Amino acid sequence: MASEAKKVLLDPLFDNNPIALQVLGVCSALAVTTKLSTALIMCAALTAVTACSNASISMIRHHIPTNIRIIVQMTIIASLVIVVDQILQAYAYRMSKELSVFVGLIITNCIVLGRAEAYAMKNPAGLSFLDGIGNGLGYSLILIVVGTVRELIGSGSLLGYEILPLAANGGWYVPNGMMLLPPSAFFIIGLFIWALRTWKTAQVEKAEYQIHQVHRSGGM
Amino acid sequence: MNGMLKKILQMKNDSTEKTLFVALALCLVCSIVVSTAAVGLKPLQQKNRADDIRRNILDVAGLLEPGVDINEAFANIEPRVVDLTTGEITEAVDPLTYEQRKASRDPDRSRPVPADADIADIKRRADYATVYFVKDNGNTRLIILPVHGYGLWSTLYGFLALQPDGNTVYSLKFYEHGETPGLGGEVDNPRWRSLWRGKKIYGDDHETVRLEVVRGQVDPGSAGVEHKIDGLAGATLTSKGVSNLVQYWLGENGFGPFLKKMAGDTT
Repeated sequence: MASEAKKVLLDPLFDNNPIALQVLGVCSALAVTTKLSTALIMCAALTAVTACSNASISMIRHHIPTNIRIIVQMTIIASLVIVVDQILQAYAYRMSKELSVFVGLIITNCIVLGRAEAYAMKNPAGLSFLDGIGNGLGYSLILIVVGTVRELIGSGSLLGYEILPLAANGGWYVPNGMMLLPPSAFFIIGLFIWALRTWKTAQVEKAEYQIHQVHRSGGM
Repeated sequence: MNGMLKKILQMKNDSTEKTLFVALALCLVCSIVVSTAAVGLKPLQQKNRADDIRRNILDVAGLLEPGVDINEAFANIEPRVVDLTTGEITEAVDPLTYEQRKASRDPDRSRPVPADADIADIKRRADYATVYFVKDNGNTRLIILPVHGYGLWSTLYGFLALQPDGNTVYSLKFYEHGETPGLGGEVDNPRWRSLWRGKKIYGDDHETVRLEVVRGQVDPGSAGVEHKIDGLAGATLTSKGVSNLVQYWLGENGFGPFLKKMAGDTT
């Protein structure tokens, strides 16, 4: 049991990362990672929602009619997202203004529904909760890496503190504006996946087809 | 009661009764959770919103420096309520409790804006508005007016700071809008906001509002350049909306009468 708990908690970090391997939830990873602080809040919000939705769906899993199961899952997820949004508005108002619609959009984040359907419907509540935390952490890992790189290179700071003295303030660093645009997050996630698959070669997918080399003899 | 619940829970999951029961019970539980959170956290959220508005007022007045204490900085700012029809400052309404946004939805405290005058697309206008005098050693340094109007997707709410002559813009800041980030959302861009400083509002007759956001860049050689502000690239409708709302609120249906009185007082 303990090893099972460890597995559901830690597997999503590198071995079964929701963004890097399952390629879910990429949209918000592009949108909220221009600054590390917004990325961190988003990570906490998503982890909380995934863990709680997994636990509550798992608790009632024996009573969910199959024909309305997706609606039941979505209702639970949506309620939790509203609660998280309200809490952010009460305790982290400026953050919630910066995140604007993206907190609400956790509802549509495929990781949450994906874990509910794939894991919580078949497993006990405690393990489902840990699975939610684990997948939240896997998502967080990528967001923190992307957020760190983007804020450091794009603004020369981390969490708002200046790390690389900016040329505009008399330092030497000229920030790379492209890092503040969404495509840069794509590049960083791509590089991350590349590094991960070089380390864990089992994650490399088999090519779906191969272009055969045709050898022709003689002239045209 | 318990027996009934047990009976329902033992029913087949896909039976109509159980499906209905699960759906209803789930909705009930979820609505209780959501409304508890919404109601329980409301006082904190309202305080945050009020602080945010005060922070924006300080920002538009150029008083928001990093680490500044809002309450302390706000001591130099004096809220007063203006009767928009007469342009007189009134003591009948307490500026600390008056909520213009609520009043503009209340038929007893607001009036419909005639369709041909409603360029800002606000439908109804409150009878009173809270303005803020920024004081500096007892003298009025700036007047801050609340403005709002429709952009492309949303109503933009903001503050317009004017010099005490009632004719020169100091700054414009929106504290709430839902325009597209990167396009219309660039109304928040400090560089664009800085274009407003020093622009003149009224034409030579001191009556017509000439201040406007143009399409594209302002040609520095053109006539009336002191009234014109560059449009936002890729956000024609938001720029038009900002132009309209500023013109409405500075015009005769907005703060026009009040500003005329102010200018008369100082000259």
